[in-house]
Amino acid sequence: MELHVQTLTELKAGLDRGDFSSVELTQAMQARIAQHGESLNAFITIMDDAALAAAQLADEKRAAGDGGVLNGLPIVHKDIFCTRDVLTTCGSRMLENFISPYDASVVERLSDAGAVVLGKSNMDEFAMGSSNETSYFGPVKNPWDLDRSPGGSSGGSAAAVAARLAPAATGTDTGGSIRQPAALTNTVGIKPTYGRVSRYGMIAFASSLDQAGVITRSAADAALLLGVMAGFDERDSTSVDHPVPDYVAGLEASLKGLRVGIVRQHFDSGLDHATGEAVREALQVLQAQGATLTEVDLPNLDYCVPTYYVVAPAECSSNMSRFDGVRFGRRADNPEDLLDLYSRSRGEGFGEEVKRRIMTGTYVLSAGYYDAYYLQAQKVRQLISDDFRKAFESVDVIAGPTTPTPAFKLGDKTDDPITMYLNDIYTIGANLAGLPAISAPCGMVQGLPVGLHLVGPHWAEESLLRTVHQYQSQTDWHRACPEAFR
Amino acid sequence: MNSAWEVVIGLEIHTQLATKSKIFSGASTAYGAEPNTQACLVDLGYPGVLPVLNEEVVRMATLFGLAVGGTVASRSIFARKNYFYPDLPKGYQISQFELPIVVGGEMYITDADGNEKRIGITRAHLEEDAGKSIHEGLDRSSGIDLNRAGTPLLEIVSEPDLRSAKEAVSYLRKIHTLVRYLEISDGNMQEGSFRCDANVSVRPLGQEELGTRAELKNLNSFRFIEKAINFEVDRQIELIEDGGKVVLETRLYDSDKNETRSMRSKEEANDYRYFPDPDLLPVEITADYVEAVRATMPELPDVKRQRFVDDYGLKTDDASILTGSRALADYFESAAGAGTSAAQAIANWVIGDLTGALNKDGLDIDHSRVSAADLAGLVARISDDTISGKIAKDVFEAMWAGEGTADDIIESRGLRQITDSSAIEAVVDKVIADNPGQVAEYRGGKDKLIGFFVGQVMKDTQGKANPGQVNKMLKDKLSS
Repeated sequence: MELHVQTLTELKAGLDRGDFSSVELTQAMQARIAQHGESLNAFITIMDDAALAAAQLADEKRAAGDGGVLNGLPIVHKDIFCTRDVLTTCGSRMLENFISPYDASVVERLSDAGAVVLGKSNMDEFAMGSSNETSYFGPVKNPWDLDRSPGGSSGGSAAAVAARLAPAATGTDTGGSIRQPAALTNTVGIKPTYGRVSRYGMIAFASSLDQAGVITRSAADAALLLGVMAGFDERDSTSVDHPVPDYVAGLEASLKGLRVGIVRQHFDSGLDHATGEAVREALQVLQAQGATLTEVDLPNLDYCVPTYYVVAPAECSSNMSRFDGVRFGRRADNPEDLLDLYSRSRGEGFGEEVKRRIMTGTYVLSAGYYDAYYLQAQKVRQLISDDFRKAFESVDVIAGPTTPTPAFKLGDKTDDPITMYLNDIYTIGANLAGLPAISAPCGMVQGLPVGLHLVGPHWAEESLLRTVHQYQSQTDWHRACPEAFR
Repeated sequence: MNSAWEVVIGLEIHTQLATKSKIFSGASTAYGAEPNTQACLVDLGYPGVLPVLNEEVVRMATLFGLAVGGTVASRSIFARKNYFYPDLPKGYQISQFELPIVVGGEMYITDADGNEKRIGITRAHLEEDAGKSIHEGLDRSSGIDLNRAGTPLLEIVSEPDLRSAKEAVSYLRKIHTLVRYLEISDGNMQEGSFRCDANVSVRPLGQEELGTRAELKNLNSFRFIEKAINFEVDRQIELIEDGGKVVLETRLYDSDKNETRSMRSKEEANDYRYFPDPDLLPVEITADYVEAVRATMPELPDVKRQRFVDDYGLKTDDASILTGSRALADYFESAAGAGTSAAQAIANWVIGDLTGALNKDGLDIDHSRVSAADLAGLVARISDDTISGKIAKDVFEAMWAGEGTADDIIESRGLRQITDSSAIEAVVDKVIADNPGQVAEYRGGKDKLIGFFVGQVMKDTQGKANPGQVNKMLKDKLSS
């Protein structure tokens, strides 16, 4: 079997058996990237030499009976993770030439486990966007239809995995940035519990919402990677010292007795009919496997998007302040004075969407508006968390669609930020409440993938991964590959 | 000062906490390193880095809170204060805003009438320092040194309870003494470890409502603070009396010109857009933790001063001076030992000759060339009449020069006081015999001449005769 069609778990077994070397595997992936990377615009940086060197080292370790659980397995990092001595742009002109002097915790952990980094994937600028169109390096194309968006902000990671240019990729999710592109590209995307994975070295967008996760082809692959990434990190005060279970070992338990909650509002207006049907069918599969379906209520669901678009820009406006042209990143030529240095460096360095959010965030934190916006949003955020907590008293997971529609055309929503924001209507709640959530392939609508969205209580990654894994043992949606990339 | 006006002052003191590493990173806080050599990626505000609280600052703030009788908050929050400045790497300063770590507290000072006066402390909060912009020696450009960025500060905010520049300085000195007692700050004002801003306003005597205040910045010595406040008070009174109005503004004190001048008005000031820092968890402090910190509380300056008065019988003023620093007080106590009989004498020596010698050589008490035990040895030789107070000054100088203990020096220089009355009598007789004229005058009623005779005897004995004995013997002989 050709290497690129295999999942991460299959490749790991192949390496273990000695069917191929990590260098061979890496070269095979590099050939795929060379062939398709440009047409998809999935990468900002391709790390040919460094990847081969890492693969070589992995092979040597393996020969010596050494090496971590990911030894020799190729992956891709979203360009939001700082990678030592490698360009780290965050999809922005601001960091067009920024070579990070250090590795993010996520990068460090995966590398320590032996992963080989093929490159850095394209993304919405500073992770602000839902279509990958805000990237300074141009939009990523959806492998299922090159005229369509792969979603965002982790669009490059999702496209790379969907097109079999890499078996797995890291991503980050602030309002749906892993799950929405996973849904639109027929991949699996998991956003863990807030605090599960260290944020150190992950360039911040909205610190109280940002969480790192992975985009893979199967739940088993996600379990393998997440087990390495998860865990307490003393360099991130918001990471939590909570035991990390063996996610892979937890995949095999049956779904008998699993209580699945369905939110009625999720299937109301706004949801594409065929997408809803696909999700309902997936729920039938879960039921057939022994799960019970019950309706749950999230009364404040409608406030998720407005709450998010106060909290996230507020934090963003402050997080973006360090990009001032003084110490790193873009600096305007020949500034007249300090103000000119600031305004031109930032004016030139940031794109429109980032500026819009900085403006919004600055406004909601301003004297006289703070109480009405920021403080109010924090209160509503608490209500939303409370809704989830109550719901999880009677169910184990909450299921629904990941997105209201399948992939939309590039350029379709760029003129109307609000319509774009509404794409994250089902995913944002998990970020506001800090809950783990996963999106998995569950159908096709006119040749475009549909995602099933599952949200669990805090630290329920294991149950989310198991639910998807069991579902994938009965279905083939996740194996579907766009024809041009088989 | 014009007596029709009342001065109202509140101080914001920035105390640099004496931690080894910064408040949110592992970089060193040592002063004086080459620019930007003590700033790590966190201090530089690099993309992706995160702050991690140095727990030592929590202990220090807790200790301070307990020492001033404030409430140590069970939950306090770090907030971001957003503004742009080149020496502020992240574009925001991590500080505390709505929920500070210490709420309330008090400090007692002595006012102009000698009465004890309570000064309220509103709050004390933790924050990080910014870096420094450097303009000197750089042609048409500015440099930035971020070594200081992230240095921990405890900002201590007083109530507007101070009524004169003198009271302000007196309060400041007490806080300065306290933080050094608690060993939470080195209090070094030259290096900027202890600095303050003063909010100054005036109002007609008897008026309840506060006048508009000006905030004075850049006050980094006790002397400048007093001068700056006095200048500002005069400026405000003059302005109002000339029909003008004080505006709410920040003013910078220029010590060269001894004047304050406007830096920026509050209207054009930044909107700092404070909000809780999502990168840091709330600081939760348990009652057990507070008690554990309380158990480490050293004896505080006011308590120590009273004890010195009560236990050693010292004069209050002397006790105040000796308790001005923990090291000085320790030195005194070490020299005085358990006994109280020589305590005042030792206090006099410490405050007088010892302090003089230290100042002359630019040393602090920890580096005194005469140990506490040796000073006690010297005072003991005065008490037991081995040497006179006058000779003792020479002995002290020799000790300071490293010639040995008092006993060594007395021995090697033969300074032992003559107390043998037959030896003294021989000299006394000789002086009386050699000065018949003066003897006659004395006997004729000129009592003052006794000094002359004592002087002659002391001269003949190189000062070694016991002055009391000489005096008594001369009087006896001359009146017989």
